[in-house]
Amino acid sequence: MTTLMSLPVLGPLIAAAVMLFLRRLSAQRFVSFMTLGVSLVASATTFVNIWDDGVIRVVRMSGWPGSFAITLVADRLAATMVLVATIVVTIVLAYATGQRAPDERSSFYHPVYMVMTAGISQAFLAGDLFNLFVAFEILLMASYVLLTLEGTNEQVRAGTTYVVLNILESMVLLMAIGLVFAATGTVSMAELPARLAELPDGVRMGLQLLLLVAFGIKAAVFPLFFWLPDSYPTAPSSVSAVFAGLLTKVGVYCLIRTQTLLFPGELGNVVIVIGAATMLVGVLGAISHRDMKRILSFQIVSSIGYMLFGLGIGGSAAIAATIFYLIHHIPVKTSLFLVEGIVARDSGSSSPDVVSGMARRSPILAVLFLVPALSLAGLPPFSGFLAKFAIVRAGVVDAQWVGIVVALVVSLLTLVSMVKIWVGVFWGDVEPAAKVSTVGVLRHQRLMGVSTGMIVALSLAIAVAAGPLYEFATLAAEQLLDVAGYVNAVRSA
Amino acid sequence: MSLSLLILVGVLFSVGTYLLMERSLTRVALGVGVLGNAVNLLIVAAGSRPDEAPIIGRSGELTDPLPQALVLTAIVIGFALLSFVLALAWRNWSITENDEVEDDLEDRIVARRAEKNSKRGDVPHHEDVEQ
Repeated sequence: MTTLMSLPVLGPLIAAAVMLFLRRLSAQRFVSFMTLGVSLVASATTFVNIWDDGVIRVVRMSGWPGSFAITLVADRLAATMVLVATIVVTIVLAYATGQRAPDERSSFYHPVYMVMTAGISQAFLAGDLFNLFVAFEILLMASYVLLTLEGTNEQVRAGTTYVVLNILESMVLLMAIGLVFAATGTVSMAELPARLAELPDGVRMGLQLLLLVAFGIKAAVFPLFFWLPDSYPTAPSSVSAVFAGLLTKVGVYCLIRTQTLLFPGELGNVVIVIGAATMLVGVLGAISHRDMKRILSFQIVSSIGYMLFGLGIGGSAAIAATIFYLIHHIPVKTSLFLVEGIVARDSGSSSPDVVSGMARRSPILAVLFLVPALSLAGLPPFSGFLAKFAIVRAGVVDAQWVGIVVALVVSLLTLVSMVKIWVGVFWGDVEPAAKVSTVGVLRHQRLMGVSTGMIVALSLAIAVAAGPLYEFATLAAEQLLDVAGYVNAVRSA
Repeated sequence: MSLSLLILVGVLFSVGTYLLMERSLTRVALGVGVLGNAVNLLIVAAGSRPDEAPIIGRSGELTDPLPQALVLTAIVIGFALLSFVLALAWRNWSITENDEVEDDLEDRIVARRAEKNSKRGDVPHHEDVEQ
C-alpha cells in the first residue's frame, strides 16, 4: 500500500533521471509511457481502496518517525486528483507523441514532462507545508522549461512574465511557511489546525492571507491572474493543455486545503467576492479577444472563479460542488486546448483571421470541440451544467444572490465567447488557402485525434456517471470538513 | 529573534521588490536573488534564537534544526531559480540584443489603439484591434 501511494511521485522522478542518459527518442517514449502506466495502476488502486473504506492513507518516506519524515497523505480528494491528473497527463503525452512536433523531439521534453508529473502528484499528496512548497517548485521549474523549450522570441517574452510572477509566488509561499513556523513551531498539516487555532486572531488572519495570496497567484485569481492569458497561449498546444487542465487546479486544490483544513470557514466572504470578480473579469477578457487560444485561456480564469465561489460559501454541499466542478473542468479544458492544437497543426494557426469553415472540413473535429465547449458553457446534459447547477444551488441555500446572478451572467457570456470561436473557426466557408477538403491532421496523425477523443469521452463519462460521482464528491467534502479525522489519521499512522 | 537580523530582512525585501519591478532582466535576476535571501534569513530568524547552535554535542541550549534544514533546501531551489532566470535573460539578449522585458500583447494592443486614436481622433472600433 505504502509503496503504491508514493509511486506516482517517485516513479516519474526516477524515470526522468534515467531518461537523461537515454538520448534516443524511442527509448524515452517507451520509458515515459511505462512509467505513466505504472503510476496509473498505482493511483487507480489507491483510489479504489479509498473509495471503498474512506480511510486516510499516510506514508512516511523511508520510515522516519513523526515530524522528521516527508509525509504523503491521501484522502478521498487527494486520491481522486492524483488519478485524474495521471490519466490526463498520459493522454496528453500520447497526443504530443502523435503530434510529431519539434518540442516533443527535444531530448529534454520527456524528462521534464516526467518531473512535472511527479510535482503535480506530490502537490496533491503533500502532508506538510514545506513539502508542498517543494512540490510547487518541482512542477513550476518543469513548467518553465516546457513553456520556453522552443526558445522563440514570443516564448521568451511571455516566459519571462510567467517565470518572474511564479518566482514571486514561490517567495510569498516560502515567507508564509516561515512565518507559520515562527508562529506555531510546525509545518505539518496535521499539527497545524490545533496550533493555528490557539493564535491571536490578527496573526492567524495574516498567515491565512499570505497563503491565500500565494496559492491565489498560482490559481490565477483576480487580481493576480494577468500572467495566465499572456503566457499559456505561447506554449505548444500539448503543453498548454496540461497547464490549463492541471497547473491552475493545483492552486485551487491548495486553496481548498487552506480553507478547509488550516483555517476552516474563515474569510469565506472574501473568497466569495474574489471568486465573483474572477469569474466576471475572466469572461470579459474572453469576450474581448478573437484568438482561439487566448479566449480559452481567459475562460480558465473565469472557471477558477466558480470554484472559489463554491469554496467561499463553505459547508459540505458547496465544497462537494466545488470538487465536482474541479474534476469536471480538468478533462473539458484539456480537450479544448487539444482541439485547438489540431486546428493549429492543420492550418498553421488557430486565429479566425486565417482559419474558417473547419466544421465543413472535418465534422468529427467540430463535434470534439462542441461537446467540451457546450459543457464549459454549462448547457445540459453535459457535465458543466451539473457542476454549475450544484454550485448555484449551494449559493441559493446560502442566499448569495449577487454571486448567483454573476455566475449565471458569466455562464451566458462564456457561451458567447464559445460562439465567437465557433463562428470564427468552425462555421462559414472553407478559407481559400486550404488545399485539402478534410483535415489532414486527423487522417495522418491519428493519435492526436484519438487522444483528444479519449479526453472528450472522459468528460462525457463524468456527465453520465454524475450521480455516483457527486455522491463521492459529497463524501470527499465531508472528509475535508472533518479536520479531527485527518489529524487523528496522520498522528496514529 | 534579533532586531538587527529583522531589519536586514526588511531592507533585503524592499531592495528585492524594487529590483523585481525593473524592466531590465539583469536587475530582475538580481532581485530574485536578493528576495530569495531575504526569505531565507526570515526563516532562520523566525526559527532560532541568537547564540544557539543546532549542533548536537555542544553544551547549553540547542536550537531547532528543522528551519536550518528547510533553509538549506530553499537555498538550493533559489539557486536553481536564479540560474534559470539568467539563462532566460541570456536567451532574451541573444534574440533581441537588449536586456529589457518587452510589453505584453495587451499593452501593445492598447498602445496601438491609442496611437490610432490620436491620429484620427475618433472612437476605436473592434476591427482596429489586430491580434
